[in-house]
Amino acid sequence: MPVETALIPAIAADPGLSPAMVMFLNYLVIGLANGMIIALIAIGYTMVYGIIELINFAHGDLCTLGAFLALTIIGALGMDQWSGAAGWAGVAMLLIGAAGFCAGLNWIIDRTAYRPLRNAPKLTLLVTAIGMSFILVNVALFWGGAPMSVFGGGNQAAAPKHFPSLVSAANLLGEDSMVMLTAREMLVVGVTLPLMVALTWLVRFTRLGKSMRAVAQNPVAASLMGIDVDRVIGATFVIGGALGGFGIVVYAVYNGSISFQMGYRTGMDAFTAAVLGGIGSLPGAVLGGMLIGLLRAFSDGYLETRWTPTVVFAVLILVLIFRPSGLLGAKIREKV
Amino acid sequence: MSSAATLSTRSIAFVAATFAFGGFAIAPATAMATPAAAPSAAPQQQVLKLSSSLPRTGSANAQTTTMVNGIRMAIDEVGGEIDGYKILYEDMDDASPQRGNWDPAIETQNAQKAAADPTVVAYIGTFNSGASKVSMPILNRAGLAMVSPANTYPGLTKPGLGEANEPQSYRPTGKINYFRVVPTDDLQGAVAAEWSKELGAKKVFILHDRELYGKGIADVFERESKRIGLEVVGFDGIDPKASNYKSLVVKMRASQPDLVYFGGTTQNNAGQIAKDMRAGGLKAMFMVPDGCFERAFIEAAGAANLNGNTYVTFGGLPASELTGRGAEFRMAYKKRFSQEPEAYAVYGYEAARVALDAIRRAATKDRAGVLAALAATKDFDGALGKWSFDENGDTTNRVMSGQMVKDGDFVFVKKLGQ
Repeated sequence: MPVETALIPAIAADPGLSPAMVMFLNYLVIGLANGMIIALIAIGYTMVYGIIELINFAHGDLCTLGAFLALTIIGALGMDQWSGAAGWAGVAMLLIGAAGFCAGLNWIIDRTAYRPLRNAPKLTLLVTAIGMSFILVNVALFWGGAPMSVFGGGNQAAAPKHFPSLVSAANLLGEDSMVMLTAREMLVVGVTLPLMVALTWLVRFTRLGKSMRAVAQNPVAASLMGIDVDRVIGATFVIGGALGGFGIVVYAVYNGSISFQMGYRTGMDAFTAAVLGGIGSLPGAVLGGMLIGLLRAFSDGYLETRWTPTVVFAVLILVLIFRPSGLLGAKIREKV
Repeated sequence: MSSAATLSTRSIAFVAATFAFGGFAIAPATAMATPAAAPSAAPQQQVLKLSSSLPRTGSANAQTTTMVNGIRMAIDEVGGEIDGYKILYEDMDDASPQRGNWDPAIETQNAQKAAADPTVVAYIGTFNSGASKVSMPILNRAGLAMVSPANTYPGLTKPGLGEANEPQSYRPTGKINYFRVVPTDDLQGAVAAEWSKELGAKKVFILHDRELYGKGIADVFERESKRIGLEVVGFDGIDPKASNYKSLVVKMRASQPDLVYFGGTTQNNAGQIAKDMRAGGLKAMFMVPDGCFERAFIEAAGAANLNGNTYVTFGGLPASELTGRGAEFRMAYKKRFSQEPEAYAVYGYEAARVALDAIRRAATKDRAGVLAALAATKDFDGALGKWSFDENGDTTNRVMSGQMVKDGDFVFVKKLGQ
């Protein structure tokens, strides 16, 4: 990690930080890290909405299964003993494994549950997504009860599961620094930023990206131009699922625990982020995710923790009053 | 596609509403109610029934399974029969998978079901104090005796310790039908504060999960801390489903507490708090009440985050410290189920035993008779010692214990509150 070591002396060398400043910087770091995780998952919501106008409720719970797969891999390979470079290699394996799994599963969900309803009323599709969400939650509950030591021997299916810390929690700014910046935050940034760049490139400059934008604007016209609409929609689900898989592994390593219900809450945050940023807009989802992460961190820190959900939703409501299509959602109107 | 814009705005509003309520409204419909374990009753013989309502889905399951085992042992001890009445037992679940925790809608259904069945003479439950708030008025109207093996919220029975209208609001008929075999949180929270002081804490930061049990015990802890001269540097309710508490830890660290007290349960993220405290460099001691006194707490937090710095109070004695009849129970339990009972198993056993004893003593073998006999329980020779129900329906038993986490397991430290 050459970048991180280059940055550190600049911050650590400044001893003149007041306690208030130290706390502010800590909240900032935590808020940005949480926000990036939310953003990765929010993209899955917003891409699918952008292309077929479906709020895919199952997305958060799909990610949950990705996390359970990651924990299963850890258990199978005895990865909980890995640390240092092996830990990083392990995280890379988990990222690839979970992303591939979520991408494939999301494609299968689209193929079997949503595609037959392509011409049905939107509400039918929505209810299907809610049903799919319940199915996935219960699969996670069942999975958590698998008789493996990483799942507590399987006798406590619903308990939160400890996710081994593959990445060190040591402070990169030195043990004395009151500002905490660990390799875990670096992992979040190191995974999120390249993915955002890659996604932007894909949507803007590739043939697939162009097809996706065309289908989003007008599926009928797109198919008349020779675009295979179902294939493009399938690809969207694959990409959204993969990002969700990356996001949830980062979530699990960063927070150190997973549970069968995590998808509901994570999904709710991500969905809120997508709406805040303007549903259907990719930069909007990222902006919304970061905003929610920061709002949560500052509200936890400067107000009382119990007000945090209220603060987040108050901001959401305010934004929607003044900008009904979200912060960056105006462009989506091209659809009409 | 001309209507796409309006359609999408409307569907967002609908969807937001659905999402907000989805977790709650849809949950009961899909909940798995544990099927009744009712064998077909012999036609001639008369039948009396015990029903229990405990969270059988979710992380409390390991705990409640051993409680149900305890109840079954108590029934088997009397041979499943009292004075020619066959004793049946129904094990009901008051949790839903969506909440992974007790669910008010399901607890209501369970209470209504028991109330509607005239053969049910005692309702053993609930596990969570909040759940009893829901079922107490229903069972009170039905005149059905309720024995809780685990509720510790004081306001359920004691006037002046909870809200202004407690406990009268749970007793619409004015009669007492609710009893419990565990000491209440006003005792447990207070001994926890005293123990914190003994452990050398001077500044405490208090958190709670905003539930009846958690906030109740945290309030008592705060009051007692101030009384005995501990400095309370913070008091905050957490969002029990948050993904992490890292920024809260930053805030706590700034006030440099010696001890962090969390009033709450494993299900409400006690493990995540411990984890974030250690990762965030907060070296304070961590103390939790009996809602976290279960293996699931250690598994959720990761043993390394708890070893040597985490303390757990419990409104009773762990099975390994029981003497007399309690020790016999533990032996019999281990023999029959080849594992250690969890902390509350003996309370399930005791609740069932006192109910069965009341059935035996009841002048008339019906709800009213059993209720009167329960209320008159005096010097009951139980697994927890010799105790009575006082005029509020509380046990006179006051023995509590403190344990700490060592090498990934709970280790008994001392008896508290004597």
